[in-house]
Amino acid sequence: MSTTVDDLQAIADRVVAQAGAGEQIEAYVSRGGETAIRIYEGELEHFASAQSEGVGIRVIKDGRTGFAYAGTLDPAAIAEVLADARDNVSFGTPDEFAGLAIPDGVAQIPQKFWDEELAGYPTDQKIALTKELEKLTLGMDERVRVDEANYDDGWGEVAVATTTGIRESGRGNSCYVSVSTLADDEEETQTGFGFSVGDSPKEFNLHKAAREAAERATRLLGAIKPPSKRTTVILDPYVTSQFISILSSTLNGENVAKGRSFFAERMGDQVADPRFTLVDDPTNPLAYTATDIDGEGLAARRNVLIENGVLKKFVHSSYSARRMNTVSTGNATRGGFAGSPGVGCLAMQLVPGTHTQEELIASVDDGVLIQMVSGLHSGVNPVSGDFSTGASGMLISNGTIGAPVREFTIASTLQRMLLDIVSIGGDVDWLPSRAHGMSLVIRDVTMSGT
Amino acid sequence: MLAKGRSTGAEFSEIYVEDKRSTSAGLDDGKVEQVTSGRDRGAGIRVIAGDTTGFAHTSDLSERGLLAAAEAAAAAAKQGDGGVHTIALQPVFRHPVNTIVQFPDTVAKARKVELLQRADVAARGVHGAIVQVSAGYGDSIKQILIANSDGIFSADEQVRTLMRVSVIANGDAGMQTGYNSLGHTIGFEIFDENDVEELAIRAAQQAITKLQARPAPSGAMQVVIKQGSGGVLFHEACGHGLEADLVGKGSSVYRGKMGELVASPLVTVIDDGTMAGEWGAIGVDDEGHASQKNTLIENGILTDYMWDYIRARKEGRKQSGNGRRQSYADLPMVRMTNTFVTNGSENPDDIIRATDHGVYVAKLGGGQVDTASGDFVFGMVEAYLIENGEITEPLREGNLIGNGPQVLKDIDLMGNDFAMGGPGTCGKDGQGVPVGDGCPTLRVKSMTIGGTAA
Repeated sequence: MSTTVDDLQAIADRVVAQAGAGEQIEAYVSRGGETAIRIYEGELEHFASAQSEGVGIRVIKDGRTGFAYAGTLDPAAIAEVLADARDNVSFGTPDEFAGLAIPDGVAQIPQKFWDEELAGYPTDQKIALTKELEKLTLGMDERVRVDEANYDDGWGEVAVATTTGIRESGRGNSCYVSVSTLADDEEETQTGFGFSVGDSPKEFNLHKAAREAAERATRLLGAIKPPSKRTTVILDPYVTSQFISILSSTLNGENVAKGRSFFAERMGDQVADPRFTLVDDPTNPLAYTATDIDGEGLAARRNVLIENGVLKKFVHSSYSARRMNTVSTGNATRGGFAGSPGVGCLAMQLVPGTHTQEELIASVDDGVLIQMVSGLHSGVNPVSGDFSTGASGMLISNGTIGAPVREFTIASTLQRMLLDIVSIGGDVDWLPSRAHGMSLVIRDVTMSGT
Repeated sequence: MLAKGRSTGAEFSEIYVEDKRSTSAGLDDGKVEQVTSGRDRGAGIRVIAGDTTGFAHTSDLSERGLLAAAEAAAAAAKQGDGGVHTIALQPVFRHPVNTIVQFPDTVAKARKVELLQRADVAARGVHGAIVQVSAGYGDSIKQILIANSDGIFSADEQVRTLMRVSVIANGDAGMQTGYNSLGHTIGFEIFDENDVEELAIRAAQQAITKLQARPAPSGAMQVVIKQGSGGVLFHEACGHGLEADLVGKGSSVYRGKMGELVASPLVTVIDDGTMAGEWGAIGVDDEGHASQKNTLIENGILTDYMWDYIRARKEGRKQSGNGRRQSYADLPMVRMTNTFVTNGSENPDDIIRATDHGVYVAKLGGGQVDTASGDFVFGMVEAYLIENGEITEPLREGNLIGNGPQVLKDIDLMGNDFAMGGPGTCGKDGQGVPVGDGCPTLRVKSMTIGGTAA
């Protein structure tokens, strides 16, 4: 990484130096902090500020893996974590593919992850801009109330070291503002939200966040429950981002190796409409989840997963790659010091088309613009491919937007939806998510309402 | 510490200290992949001045670390008079809600790992079409200590033991999944009372059954919800909407409805943190107050919301033991514990027989609600078609969608076979807390099924 964090690296190095004969050790050490500000009715509702740190240690011996972590960097606790991880080794089943990442010579692509302006940004200005966001939102529409206006920032430092020669450290910080809204009309209340992200608060677009939060809530007032039918949907960029994110588990090499992906036997097949090209590219600095290393300390890289609708590549960590007799694609994931690495896409991006959302709407005779979905965790099964989510949005007829609709579901299967893509918008939105979004038109989706 | 918290003139300060030790083990693809030991320890300090809450947390439990956090929280809450306060603490004595027979940390890891291997063998033995099994074991012992400037001083020890099994079956029409879990606020004796093989076999059977499943219907129809996991319906349809913090901000469809008929008279909803052994059972909540059994809706009439200490204190009423947080690093909020609907009088078989055409949801997955509009969804993990009063074909997965107040009113049959469902995690504002749900078999006369079949 571009900036080293020497004290954390030293802690990781000291753990790894204790490796015995035939023992592989990985130490992942991190430290971070966050600020959370919430404004309600012009007043500071809460201000939370905190720091945390911890260490996770993985030990592998004779093909068996053990892991332990602790939320402290106290030397006595670290010694205990190492002892626990070693003890846990004896309970694992020997696995010939178990092992740590080995440096593969792929160069990191430098990016900027640390913003000095954010690091030094005064608290009273953070509070002031959050109040400003609440005020702007209230000013958008007299029917709008603000449930909460939030400012959040965080910084993190991490170091990883292994007996196999991985040695990386770095730091980053980020910030965003968000606002949730309520819009009232007679007996009815609808909700909305808006947000803005930036390297520093200077880059926030408060006006856009306020406008979107107000619009999302007010446009649903008077919404009806639509009749059930098969129809064409246009997913809003925010919804498309969630749709693409679901595909991550089907492209995950470990899931493929373990028979959990419906793409397992489909390499080289036409699995999506020819307009559909999906890449995972954490080296793109525009991506919210951009990174220069993966969860095992290998260089992050650009991988083309589906090209013109043809399945080209699965993403791998060093473990899943060994199982599949291939090489890591730099896609180890990590949920902080308390978890051992998994596999996943890091920054998913669709190659955009050229049309605006307005043009896409004009191209649809009969359909619905999906602006919100709910229950993705309960109604989408990435193993079987069944897809069913709650939704709200606007009806489209003869190329124009009609009545708002809510309390309905949209359903199909992931396999069919990929093949049923009609058009991909050019309206790329770099959302605070591991997938960006743009408008996406999918035909023959079942809408269930009355 | 508390005095330091109030040193800038705040009216309330609180310290929450947590020390949690956990063990987990995972088996996947026939191999015990990893045993993990975890230690989470730290303190959260909350200071309130007027309507502003200051919060800081630290994993440094030395006096120096705690004082620094207290100062940070106090400074966050208010710049004030800098006066000195002396606080007398009154211990809250609490008879333990849960009785632990065998603390999980006294059990050899080898025995925990063995459970996973037994589950793997049992699930694979169900049918040749079972192609993958993943099993997880987890236990935790969490000690908490809470003291505040109103004199509350209390402690609790929260023990949880959990096991889950996921399987994949492969058939002509693709892959299907099965899932089953077991979790209680007790120790390793959970496995004396529950059979690991049975847990795994039920997960495997669910996946095998679904291999024959046809696409779920699309549109509104009668829905029969099976006892147990069906409690998720109430968690989403009204549970969140009855949380006083959401009500107070006017973001609940149940605001201003106290004393009104908000559900079918068949519906009585209770939230009960004292329910021994259930996943949401706690001795004291995370603000130091004894857990309680609270009736929220009685025979269809809204009788109370759920309260945390801060919101109750502001309203000049008593808290209801519902102030909870994910960890020391989080602010407490109003949260559910074990939420359930009490028995009616119908025989569950009669409920199915009385249904001409509908869907029988044997197992619910998670759900999500917009508390302001009341619109909510929940997933059906295992469901069947009901035709002419009989359960017929299995259905593929999907969400159901409805509006909370409407669905509560549309409950027209309530069974007499109450049961609690499996262990759940409820998410709110980014924090997850363990909760339980339960209900008898019941019928909703109309809900929208989000399938694809005409």
